[in-house]
Parts: sequence; C-alpha cells; structure tokens
Amino acid sequence: MAEFDIPLLKSAIRQFLPLGRSGLLPSLHAAQNIYGWIPREVASEIASELKIPLADLHGVIEFYNLFYNKPVGKKIVRVCTDPVCALKGSDQILKHFCAANQTNPGQTNFDKSITIEHSTCLGLCDLAPAATINNMAATNLPQTGEPDTLSMPVSQVYGSHNLLTRHCAGNKSTTLIEYGTYAALQRALLMRPDAVINEVKVSGLVGRGGAAFPTGVKLEGAYTAEGTQKYIICNADESEPGTFKDRILLAYDPHLIIEGMCIAAHAIGANKGYIFLRGEYSYLLPGLELALSEAREAGYLNNKFDVEIRLGAGAYICGEETALFEAIEGKRGLPRIKPPFPTTSGLFGAPTVINNVETLCNLPVIFEIGAEAYHKIGTEKSPGSKLFCLSGDIARPGLYEIPFGHTLRELLHMAGGLINGRSLQAVLLGGAAGTFATSAQLDIRLTFEDLRKAGLSIGSGVVMVFDDTRDLRDTLKRLGQFFAHESCGKCYPCQLGTQRQKEILERIADGKIEPGDTERLKDIGWTMTDASLCGLGQTAAAAVISALDNFPHLFLADNSAN
Amino acid sequence: MEVTLTIDGNTISVPTGSTILEASQVCGISIPTICFHTATTSNALCRICVVEIAGQRLLQPACIVKAAEGMQIQTKSERVFRARRTILEMLISSVDLSDAPEILALVEEYGAASDRFSNAIRREIPILDDNPMYIRDYSKCVLCWRCVQVCAEDAQYTYAINFSGRGFLTQIATFFDSTMPASTCVFCGQCVAVCPSGALKNKREFLLEQGVTPDQISTMNSGRKKRKTKPE
Repeated sequence: MAEFDIPLLKSAIRQFLPLGRSGLLPSLHAAQNIYGWIPREVASEIASELKIPLADLHGVIEFYNLFYNKPVGKKIVRVCTDPVCALKGSDQILKHFCAANQTNPGQTNFDKSITIEHSTCLGLCDLAPAATINNMAATNLPQTGEPDTLSMPVSQVYGSHNLLTRHCAGNKSTTLIEYGTYAALQRALLMRPDAVINEVKVSGLVGRGGAAFPTGVKLEGAYTAEGTQKYIICNADESEPGTFKDRILLAYDPHLIIEGMCIAAHAIGANKGYIFLRGEYSYLLPGLELALSEAREAGYLNNKFDVEIRLGAGAYICGEETALFEAIEGKRGLPRIKPPFPTTSGLFGAPTVINNVETLCNLPVIFEIGAEAYHKIGTEKSPGSKLFCLSGDIARPGLYEIPFGHTLRELLHMAGGLINGRSLQAVLLGGAAGTFATSAQLDIRLTFEDLRKAGLSIGSGVVMVFDDTRDLRDTLKRLGQFFAHESCGKCYPCQLGTQRQKEILERIADGKIEPGDTERLKDIGWTMTDASLCGLGQTAAAAVISALDNFPHLFLADNSAN
Repeated sequence: MEVTLTIDGNTISVPTGSTILEASQVCGISIPTICFHTATTSNALCRICVVEIAGQRLLQPACIVKAAEGMQIQTKSERVFRARRTILEMLISSVDLSDAPEILALVEEYGAASDRFSNAIRREIPILDDNPMYIRDYSKCVLCWRCVQVCAEDAQYTYAINFSGRGFLTQIATFFDSTMPASTCVFCGQCVAVCPSGALKNKREFLLEQGVTPDQISTMNSGRKKRKTKPE
C-alpha cells in the first residue's frame, strides 16, 4: 500500500465523493493522472471512498479504452489506423514508430518509457495521419512518425454559409467578448417554454448526430414529462470515423454550444446540463472550462441552470444516448432498452434532452434569425445548413457548411475534387455506420429525403472520398475491425456478429475469400441490422451490405487489388 | 383490463401489461429464449426471442415488449428465422454448448450449422477451480448475465462478480481476477442455479463427471469435518 501515495489520491477525489457512483469516471481519470495507470490498491481505495462494489469497479475499468489496470509507459502514443488515416500512411508510421522505440503495437517498451497503440478514429481526419501523444493531438504526421511540435489542431473551414461556423475561421477559441451577448437566449427567455418549443418545431430542425430526430418533438417530450429534475446533455462524444465537425465547434465556438444548451434548458425547465466530452478530446477541456466560467461570470449560467463537463474514457458506444447516461452514472457504457425514452426517463431516470453538439448550435441561430427564416434555408423537408466533414482523397479536406440541397458532385467540386486528378471510386457517406455512394450517384441532392430514397445516409455528415487506386477491401476490413473493437458486448447479434464479420472481412482483404462468405456476411449483416439492441449493431453492417450491392467485384474469389 | 392482439394469425386477449412472450404462451406458440429467466430481470440481450411486429422497422424482443391493442405479430417470418438461426450459428462457433441441452435443442430446431464459421475465434478459457463449492468453466459461458444479476440486485446484493473486457472478449470476472474465496462471494449457490450452460457447476457434480468416486470426494472433505475436542 505504501508504494502508492494514497493521501494524494484521497485529496484528488474528495470533490467527487458527494456524487457517489456517478463520481467514478472522474475519480478514475484523477487516479490515472496521478499514477499513469490504476493499480489494484488504488482501485480498492476508490471503491471504498465512493462506496462502490469492487467487482463493479473492475468492470468499469475494463470497459473503457483509456483506463489501464496494468502499468503503461510514461508516454502513451495512440496512432489512428482507421480508414482515412490509413489512406495517408498511418500503418507505416505506426510500424516505424514502434521500431524506433523497440516495441510493438499495444505494448510498452522495456524501460516503460513509452506505450504505442493502435487507435480508432480520433476526429482529426482532415489532418490525417493523426495520433495523440499523452492526450495531445498530433496531426499531419510525417512518415517518420515524430511530430515537430504538439499544438492544437488547425482545421480549415469552408462553405457558403457561416451560421454555425461564423467564429470557426480564426483557428482559435472565441472569447465571450468576441462572441458578444447571448442575444438569442435573451429572446428565448422572453418567450414561454411552449412557445420556444413551437419555434423549434416550426424551424424543422432535426438532430445532427446521425439519427435525425425532430428536435422540437424531443424538447416537447421532456417538457411534458413528469418530474422537477430535468437535464440537458450535449453529446460531445464524437467518435464516428470521418467525423470532426463537433471538435471544431467545441474548440472554436464553445459559447454557441453553451447558449444552445441554455435555450434548451429554458424550453424544458432543466436546472442542470452536462457536456459529455469524448476522452480523446481532453485537450479541449481548458478552452471549454474557460468558456463555462465566462458564461457564469456573465450570469448566463447561474443557480437556475449550470453546466458540468464529464469526460468519457474511450468508447464509441458512449455516443449512444442511453450508454452515455450509463457512463455519467459511473457504469459500463451499455445501452438501455428503449422504451422508456430519454425524454421521460433518461439520466438518473429523469426527463432528459440529449442532443449532438451541432444540433444545439442550431438553436441560437433559430432564435437569432427566426424559425421561418431558418426554414427557408435548405429544402422543405431538410431545412437549415449542415456541417459536412470532407476527408480522404479530396484536394481540400476540412469542414464545409452548406445548406441542404446541394448535390454530392457540387460538394466534391467545392472541395477541389480528387487529389492529383485521380478519378472517384467511392464516397463513404455517414461514417463507418454509413453507406457507399458510387460515381453514378453524384447528382443526388444531399438532403435526408433524397438520400433515403437512394438507400444512402447523411449520418453525421461524413464524406469520405476514395479514389480509383484504393483497395476498398482494406477499407471494409478496417471498418469491421472498428465495430468489433467498439461493440459493447451486451447483445448477441452485435457481440458475436461484429467479431464474425471482422474475421470474414480480414480474410477477404487478404485475398482469401471462402465459398459462402458473401452469404455469411449477408446473414450476419441482416441479423445485426434487424435484431441488435442499439444503433451500433443496427448499423455495423451498413457499409458492408452497401459494398456487397455496389461493388460485387470485391467479393469475387479471384479478385486482385483493383 | 385486457388487450386483444394477433399472433401468427391467432387472435387472443391477455391481461394488460403482459409481454409478447407471455401472450404467446397463452395460445401455445413457442418462442425460444436463452437469457430470459423468471427469477431475473429481463435484459433482452440474447435477442433470440425477437419477433416481427407489423409497422415496426426492426425485430422486437418478445420477453420485454408489452402486448398492445391491435398488435399483429409474426413469430415465424423469414426475417425472424434468419436472425435466430444466425445467432445460434454464431454462438455455437464461439463457446462450448455441450452442457446446454436447451440451446442445443434450438440449434437443432433452427437448422443452425455448427461449422458455419471457420477460422473463427472461440472463447476458450482454462477452468477456474478455486473453491470447494463450484467451478467456473467460462469456455461454456454464453454471457446471459444471469449470474451477475442474481449476485447483485436480483437476489443476493453480494456483488462478487461483474465483467471484464468488452465486445466479443467480454468475460465474467472478479475484482482484479481474485479467487472466489478472496472476493465477497458467500457461496450461496444462486449463480450456479441459474446458469443455463454448465459454465457454473457444483464442485461435487464436476468431480463426479471427471470420474472421481464419491469415496474419494469424501476423503477430500473429511479433514474439514473433524470437530475440535476440548482438552480435559
């Protein structure tokens, strides 16, 4: 016991004790910041202080990628090897880095100075190849792997509209003075909650995280729900491969997000809000905390409504709303059965509105220009502007804010077309959970209704571009590895299906497809789609099924790379 | 109060609040289950009980979805059969079902091929034999959660076991893999009683299966049965 400074731990977690079980993730983060990992004695102490069963605490540490219950190196390097970074050579960078440090991926070197790991998407796709080094972002990595300096990622923001991205062009966080006043909130506060909700309904705003649920209806559900304790949650767990729009909003315009949360809080009568920030974005914490304290000083956050940040610990599944609640409550991030829905029973069982970062940012825009003016942007069924994340073999990767209704061809043209004059093979729309569009589908309008008719998806707004030199079997393999890595393991279709799907995709990428493999992929894929408990399993085969339909040549026995 | 619904063409009325699984039992329709147990909270995680409900895009678990007025349910549609058969094929390719006769019966019933998935990683873990009451053979564990639940709020509130890992590599585990005697386990036997696949087995039963004779088992225990006699 004397080996670990327990008094240091006790003082670090003292502030979390009143939270009980909900204080677990913050306490584990604090412990890891002190010791570099979570030794048994430390875990035992946390369990005792927070009054949590030991086995439960063990289960939580084991669930999350970023918590270690074995010693790790002083430096932890996570190199992304998901599709976009892989296109830019991250496999070679990882190999080179490991060789230079005499270790292997997933291992710690002999003097425990460094641990190097594969990582899933870090939300830095426009700056690929990317990694984090001791939780700091390292982007545009050279082939040797060593970045020159570590600094805040600098993303490019484009597009014809800047309703959402008005403060994102300067590559630095916007202070409250630069932001101005929360004028939209002040307008909303003069309206009754039901009038606020009606305005959001009239605007036609739907969720921007991928599920596209009408925001006004969600607010109304929580508003009418019974209970005096209600919550607003900002889902900042952005982890969909190819997505980085929320990172940019969080980094450059935190007040837009906070103002949106305040408007939503007024609409439903919430007194408490949380920003659940993915663990791999911990470098954004100082900027967010500063913005929150500015908002408190100005009185926008007060004893009627205040916001707390909770840091995730590495689990894509925690982007699923009910799994996110579990994480805040200090448990393994396992999705809940729905119904009940969050608007009636959400965080701590209370009525909760949980929205994506971009969705919340639309609220101040709506109350600034008015719902009718907002609805005139975009199309009738898809109003407003959308943030699209362009990455891969595109000349100008970055964030594009455009109104709904542009075609995919127009968007690719805005982004400079394919790099090096190559031709297009495929576009993955929506991320790992998305679908492939072919060059025959470039004139489809980017709206919910047009894409749905074509069997495609907007998802979170990912537009991942693959030129004609790319081996899509390698891409599918990585998507399969992603889902197997991120499956929570609760329901059988996904727990088993993502693993089996991965194995088949790996051998296909190796050129070793077996008779019956396409039928297996279809059976697994449709079983996961039809019978999984949550959206992760339900979309884990979307890209594969889309590839089976659009690129059957990838699944032929004698297929060589291209 | 009652609700009227149709299951596989049969129109029945059941008490309000009945699940589809309960309703199916009323009209003698058999819906398979694995993780479901009358004594544990239903988590709808095996998904083998999924049925097709008119108007719902996705298949729904019968063990928790409540029967509603006018519901039209198909328990034997193509989509349902494909899901059930595939789940069974994936399960049998992952764990040892030799001690799970009810699940093996389902494998037979749904025509699930035990060799559908080749080069498939199995969950194979050495048997944990660390106490005199029961063994843990997690190569047989189907992750139905029943043992974790009865050790927690469903029965004992002892919290000796939880999970390690995530996804396919999830396992039942104690705190930092301590032995059962070093955990909070009180050897109540509830977990053994609810295990559907023989992953948790009474030690005596296990020894008898291994060919150890009853006499040999007595000898193992006899040391503990001696009472201390007070010195005169």
